[in-house]
Formats: sequence, structure tokens, C-alpha cells
Amino acid sequence: MADKILFDLVSPTQLLVSRQVDMVVVPGEEGDFGAMAAHSPLISAVRPGIIDIHDDGKVSERIFVAGGFSEVTADRVTVLAEEAYPLADITKDVVEKHFAAAKAATDGAVSPFEKATAQRLTAVAEALQALVH
Amino acid sequence: MPSLKDLRLRIASVKSTRKITSAMKMVAASKLRRAQTAAEAARPYAERLERMLGTLAGSLAGNAGAPRMLAGTGSDQVHLIVMVTADRGLCGGFNSTITRNVRRLTTELLGKGKTVKILPVGRKGREAIKRDYGKNLIEGFEQLGRKGITYPEANAIATRVIKLFEDGEFDICTVVYNRFRSAISQEVTRQQLIPFPAPAVSATGDKAAFEYEPAEEEILTTLLPRNLAVQVFRSMLESQASEHGARMTAMDNATRNAGDMLNRLTMQYNRSRQAQITKELIEIISGAEAV
Repeated sequence: MADKILFDLVSPTQLLVSRQVDMVVVPGEEGDFGAMAAHSPLISAVRPGIIDIHDDGKVSERIFVAGGFSEVTADRVTVLAEEAYPLADITKDVVEKHFAAAKAATDGAVSPFEKATAQRLTAVAEALQALVH
Repeated sequence: MPSLKDLRLRIASVKSTRKITSAMKMVAASKLRRAQTAAEAARPYAERLERMLGTLAGSLAGNAGAPRMLAGTGSDQVHLIVMVTADRGLCGGFNSTITRNVRRLTTELLGKGKTVKILPVGRKGREAIKRDYGKNLIEGFEQLGRKGITYPEANAIATRVIKLFEDGEFDICTVVYNRFRSAISQEVTRQQLIPFPAPAVSATGDKAAFEYEPAEEEILTTLLPRNLAVQVFRSMLESQASEHGARMTAMDNATRNAGDMLNRLTMQYNRSRQAQITKELIEIISGAEAV
């Protein structure tokens, strides 16, 4: 495997990953997809889940993302994550914080937009919880 | 001619002022470093998001079904100005340049017969605008980012703006903030948020046919609010970095001025002290001669 693809993972507060990798598996809204060099151009929504970075035929890094978007071109994969944590950093505290935030949003939701936001937060919290247990 | 005692008091008070300003300068410098890192860390995301949105908007531009946040409401009657200032003063012209700019913009828009609503972020801006355009102010946000701006805070503002937009409260939204250029210079920046200004360079070289999952419209309806939040977030981070930069410069000047003033006062104090001694000596000598 000679060709590598540039993988950028950014969250609003920082640039988490920016390096050449063999393949990334992104949890797309309509199913996971793997992106390698020379992938066809794609813009996809990302659901809460785990991004796997593959190097030399092995998974070298796993990162949780709380939804977002990804843009794939022939030589670049960009994931704009809402939040992102390496798997090792996810603890009970993080999960509880997300549940509290989701609950607060659900309680205060009135407009359709607020309700959608609350739903999304709940989904993120649930996805996180599944990882801890 | 002030008495020696007055001068001594003056010197003491200037000295303590200088201590305060130099401490504030150092605090601002260390906060600036943190704020600057945060502002720089947020740039990659905002840039990539804008690029992605540009691609999308370019391919959708002119479509009848485009979301309203992209296409606008078809009117430009009601303007919303999001004004980002600091909560605290003592930072030179930082707050006043923003309020001056907003005031000018408001006057201009009102002159054209438009309606203007101002959403202040930060206490100083609200107080300054209240005098002239109090009735245009709507409820804003204060006391944000005491420990650094967080994304949820920006998101709260964006959610509020979107809610106002959905309720038909305004047609065009502009944010006015200080963009951080360096520790000593800031630049007042106006940026239109709603409708999203479709990029002029939509027809870039690689007009690759993107696949979309799910459909373009659906992605746009989530991407646009996200972009709004991110742009607000970025403007707040830039503004905070600028604030600390401006405060650092202002306090540096103040410290230097206090130093100059101390020199002058000390000189004056010593002169009048010597004058008094000379006077006393003359009195003694002429008293002795008279005997």
C-alpha cells in the first residue's frame, strides 16, 4: 500500500489529527465508510461513533466523535467533529456530563430547532454510555 | 505651590497606581497568551467548515429549494447586529471602537428606513449603546468566557439568533467584533452571518462532482446552523484575544505615564525641599547678623 491519504480531524477547539494514514473508517450517517487514497469525492454527515485509523493493516488509533461532517476528496479526508475524544479519555464523568447537558436541553426545548438539538445531545450521550459499559 | 506634604501624598498615590497598572499589564499578558492559543486553535475548524459549506452552497446556489439561512428571506428590512465587546473596561479604545462602528452602522441603516436590532455580547457595549439607541437593544449576553470562551457558550448565542430568525424577527444578521491581528493592533470586522454569503469562488478549479449522504439540502440544514455557531465562536475568541492585547497595551502606556509623572513630582518635591532649607538657613544667618 503505497498511497496514503491525508486525514484531518478537527473539533471547534482544536486540530486533533492531521497526518497521512492508510485508511480511515468514518461512521457516516447512512453507514460506515472507509476512505483510502483516490476515494471519490463525498460529503457526508457523521453520526456519533468511532473513527478507526488504519495503518499497515492494523487499527492504529480509535477516536470517538460526537457527530459532525466529513468531506472526502481523492487525497484528503476532513472530519469536522462536534466533539472528539480518544477512546482512552472517555470516563464515567464525561458520560454523566453529557447526560446532564442532554437533559437540560430536552427540558428547555420549545422550538423545532431546540428539540432537534436536544435529541442530538441525547444520542451522543447514549453512544458514549454504550462505550463505557 | 503645593506644600511638601501634598507632594509626598501625590507621589505615594501615583506609585500605588503604577503598581496596579503594571500588575494588570502582566495579568493581561498571560491571559493574552492563552486567548491567542485558543483563537488560533479554532481557526482550522472554521476554515474547513467554511470551505465545505462553500462547496455545498456553490452547488446549490440559485436553487429555489435552498434553505432560508442561505437564500435569505427575500427582504432586507430588519437588520440584527451582534456586537461583541468586553465586560470590563480599562482596555484602551477596545470597546469604544466597536460601539462607534455599530453606532455608525445603525445610523446609516436607520437613515435608509430599515429597522435595526442590536444584540450585545458583553456589558461594555450594551452600556455604551444604551444612551443613543436604547430602544434598538434586545436582550444580550454578559459575563461569558470568564475562564476562556467555550463552544457551548457560543452555541447558546447562535441558538438564540437562529430562534429569532425562525420567528421572523430579522432578515439580515451581521456580527461586529475586533479581529486579533497582533498584541498591539486589532481590527474592527463586520461579517454577515445570515444569509450565508455564498462564496465568490464557488467555481473553483476542481469542481468535482461530490456525492452527498444524505442529500445536499439535508446536510445544509444542519451545516448552516453549525457554521453560525462556529463563526460566533470564532468572533468571540478573536475578540477576547484582542481585548487582552488592548488591555496590555493600555496598561503598558499607563505604567509608563505613571513613571514619568513620578519623576516630575519627585523633582518638584526635592526642589521645594531644598528651597525650604535654604530659606531657613538665610533666616538663621540674617537673625545672627542682626544681633
